[in-house]
Amino acid sequence: MGIRGIFQGKPSHRKALADGYVIPDSFRCVQCGICTYNCPIDLDVRRYAWLGSPINNSHCLTCGECVARCPRGVLRFGRLSDITQQHLGERNT
Amino acid sequence: MRRYVIIGTGVAGISAAEVIRSQDTSGEILLIGDEPYGYYSRPGLAYFLTNEIPQQLLFPYSKKDFTNLNIQSLRARVIKIYPNDQLIETHSGDKIHYDQLLIAVGAAAAVPKIPGIDLTGVVKLDNLKDARSIIKLTGKARKAVVVGGGITALELVEGFRARGVKTHYLLRRDRFWGSVLDETESKIVEQRLIGEGVKIHYHTEVEKILGKRGRVSGVSIGDGKIIKCRLVGVAIGIKPRTRLAENAGIQTDRGILVNEFLQTNFPNIYAAGDITQVFDPFTGKTIIDSLWVPARLQGQTAGLNMTGQNVPYIKGVAFNVTRLAGLTTTIIGSVGRGADEDLVSIVRGDSETWRRIPDALVRQSKDKDSRLRLMLGENTILGAVMMGDQTLYQYLQPIISKQIDISPIREQLLQPNLPIGNIIIGFCSKRNLQLAV
Repeated sequence: MGIRGIFQGKPSHRKALADGYVIPDSFRCVQCGICTYNCPIDLDVRRYAWLGSPINNSHCLTCGECVARCPRGVLRFGRLSDITQQHLGERNT
Repeated sequence: MRRYVIIGTGVAGISAAEVIRSQDTSGEILLIGDEPYGYYSRPGLAYFLTNEIPQQLLFPYSKKDFTNLNIQSLRARVIKIYPNDQLIETHSGDKIHYDQLLIAVGAAAAVPKIPGIDLTGVVKLDNLKDARSIIKLTGKARKAVVVGGGITALELVEGFRARGVKTHYLLRRDRFWGSVLDETESKIVEQRLIGEGVKIHYHTEVEKILGKRGRVSGVSIGDGKIIKCRLVGVAIGIKPRTRLAENAGIQTDRGILVNEFLQTNFPNIYAAGDITQVFDPFTGKTIIDSLWVPARLQGQTAGLNMTGQNVPYIKGVAFNVTRLAGLTTTIIGSVGRGADEDLVSIVRGDSETWRRIPDALVRQSKDKDSRLRLMLGENTILGAVMMGDQTLYQYLQPIISKQIDISPIREQLLQPNLPIGNIIIGFCSKRNLQLAV
């Protein structure tokens, strides 16, 4: 992706790049594994979704592959303020 | 040391095991099932069929995960339960003692009484074994016929198409899943299927499945018409596997009857998942859900109660999210209208409560491939169907499940030209109503 590509994403994606999290809704997740399969850095996104935890792994690129591929709309980009404090542990430590 | 025995390796059984371990670190947990592949994502089979994920991705838990949870697994078929002796018997004759027992054996596909149903090439989509068999058969088949309705029929249609098999979808009436979707929603799904090359036959039934040398060669559909095919996919509904419970004297109706703690008529025997018939506070009746979320919640609740807690299972509004012909679709609350002749019973991803709607008004909004249908009650939103854009889900879910009084915006929602998305989001923002992460 060239430098121009950075500015061609969806607004929600640009926002997430700045604020930094993919947020799952565990109630919508059926553990199909499409998110994990499509993660370019092999994060087990499904595990986060099952636990209802934001993808708070510091390696997450917020590339949006998991968000786009999930067939059930489990994942979305969210602002830091959307995330409850108990889920911030891993990233803050 | 207490021994917890769980019969069934689906999401209800696994959720129970997880919760039991979180509450009782020393108790023995034994997970027994005849499913050769153990626990996997049953809804994920649809994406395995469409080649979006490989088989190994269907398994959320590794052997190490089970070891870490200190859960023992036994592949066996339980043939008898002796409630008075607190024993179960497996097909190999082993008798195993339990202190607390959970029955979570789910449901099996209903089989239609059509001549030729036993021919090789007639398939269902109940489990991973079925999916693997379908994949093998699609390697040779060029044409398939699908009969039935609901999500599973669609999964078969889409799976066949994704694997290059020309597919005929037979509907008994004039549209798809008429008991849950309205005419426009059915039409959207049908048009998308047609766009993918699926041939839909309305008002059509299979009279007989034809065979040659034990294999499917076609179906006859009346008036001397025959559709040649090598595969017939059948999805007419599911039936809870109640026989084991019935033979043990456990009270059953359509499923296993339980109290609010998911206890059967034997205090140390519980039931959870698709096999369970629970009280529905919205209708005052006992109903069966074949949905992932209730199965998970029931498993968790039963697990807590098996460890000695007294936690009631409070059935929420029926909710499912699925993909219909490529469109992410959420169905919440009461949305349907009654019977569907393509089905003999509830299907997977379905709830009996969706069909029971009181008087309600329908408000629709269209935006390219997105569509929202709201069922408005007197002061509440009773149900919703969201196709495509799912933005409003996080607002509508709490409004519907908590039966929030929407009188301040009801009139606005009924105005044909006002943006209902903005109205709903504005209403929720003022009241801090949004699904918590």
